[in-house]
Amino acid sequence: MIALEHVTKTYPKASRPSLNDVSVAIEKGEFVFFIGPSGSGKSTMIKLLLREIQPTKGKIVVNNREVGNMRSWRIPNFRRSIGCVFQDFRLLPNRTAYENVAFALEVIGKTQAVARRVVPEVLELVGLGGKEHRYPNELSGGEQQRVAVARAFVNRPLILLADEPTGNLDPDTSIEIMRLLDRINRTGTTVVMVTHDSNIVNQMRRRVVEIEGGKIVRDQPRGVYG
Amino acid sequence: MRLKYVLSEVAVGLWRNVTMTIAMMITMAVSLTLLGASVLLYLQVNHMREVYYEQVEVTVFLKAQENTTQERTAIEADLTADPLVQSFDFEDRNEAYERFKIIFENAPELVAQTKPESLPESFRIKLKDPNSFSAFNEKYRGKPGIETIIDQKELVEKVFTVLGSVQTLALIIAVVQGVAALLLVINTIQVAAYSKRREVAVMKLVGASNWFIQAPFVLEAVAAGVIGAFLAYIVLVLAKIYVFDGALEPLAAVMTPIPWSNVHLMLPLLAAAGALISSVVGWFGLRFYIRV
Repeated sequence: MIALEHVTKTYPKASRPSLNDVSVAIEKGEFVFFIGPSGSGKSTMIKLLLREIQPTKGKIVVNNREVGNMRSWRIPNFRRSIGCVFQDFRLLPNRTAYENVAFALEVIGKTQAVARRVVPEVLELVGLGGKEHRYPNELSGGEQQRVAVARAFVNRPLILLADEPTGNLDPDTSIEIMRLLDRINRTGTTVVMVTHDSNIVNQMRRRVVEIEGGKIVRDQPRGVYG
Repeated sequence: MRLKYVLSEVAVGLWRNVTMTIAMMITMAVSLTLLGASVLLYLQVNHMREVYYEQVEVTVFLKAQENTTQERTAIEADLTADPLVQSFDFEDRNEAYERFKIIFENAPELVAQTKPESLPESFRIKLKDPNSFSAFNEKYRGKPGIETIIDQKELVEKVFTVLGSVQTLALIIAVVQGVAALLLVINTIQVAAYSKRREVAVMKLVGASNWFIQAPFVLEAVAAGVIGAFLAYIVLVLAKIYVFDGALEPLAAVMTPIPWSNVHLMLPLLAAAGALISSVVGWFGLRFYIRV
């Protein structure tokens, strides 16, 4: 599903690489935590998988597509197969929960009829039934993140990338979001989550890949934060 | 749906940034007006050139005092036989005097002092090819009885040189204004993109195609360009009515009138120019701004 082969990423002007000769393979339907201290290269990993940046060296394959040298006009279509959630939610403040999710559908060419059918369904799935017409500032942090998850998942992507999705949330709310991601994972969606929330990692007991200084130092099934 | 989305985004975008939009339209209008004026002038000069070349003559002035009938007949015979010459007329002193009176009708004392005898006789020659003057001049210069040979084309050329520099000036101003318009287009479009950076970020994230992200911004610029072109067209129409057919009416004999068809031709031409420039500049301006 996802394969990195000897991937090195050095940012321009950086003295040392953010990722240094990293190889990792993730199977379909897996749930993987990437952990490690700040600046270890976790977020670089997400950016590479989204093709926001290109690797300096090495090969990245996502959904059977070689990402590293992908032509830029192919990127939009590629991204439709990947959902993404961030620490800061990235919702549009002037749109309701429903409109935020529908926006993601409309801008990739889906009709309003499709949105009317699919959006309430996915909002129900993330536990926001009845709050469709609230604006982000009328929702709690956890609820906003649920909207973001709904937006990432509405397209039924094969992969869900989550970059510290619980970073701005209190522990209880974080666990609710994790339950939601777990539920999504059980539908067969591959989930890749970057975090340094040790509680969550320890509770979930899923595959853990630890990165430090741009290298993979641990890769363990059903691991703990360490 | 997608079309409706794009169009409403364009309308909202133009309105949100209304001062910038107006500045962009005005600059565009000024630039396109000058471009249009320059193109009209170019068409006009070409047309005038045809008209004038039809009419230009070479004048062979005979020596005023001592030319003899013999010399005159010899020249006449040469001209008749000359393959360069299409036709010619002889102007005697009285005809020359009549013409003189018309040319200097505003200076009656000059006319009063001048006698027909002091004016030269001349041959008015129409060449087959107005450009063959130098060959003609070569042949006849210095022949007995000939004082000077004058090519009207040279005089006409001077007028065209002046018109040509006016045209160049208009083009230069059009280009300078055009550059200002382009910078305004780039700036406006980037301000618009910045004010919608959240939407753009989400669109990129969920995989909206590049054209879908960029189209509203580019169309904003195109709309401004087309409106600017329309304003420019109106200015040209007004210029035709009030300046060329109004204030400059007395010059109609010299300047052939600008046909309406040419003025109307400017509307699609300027609209196309405005739209093309805005869209190309808008697209590339965004490419560097909205990186995928």
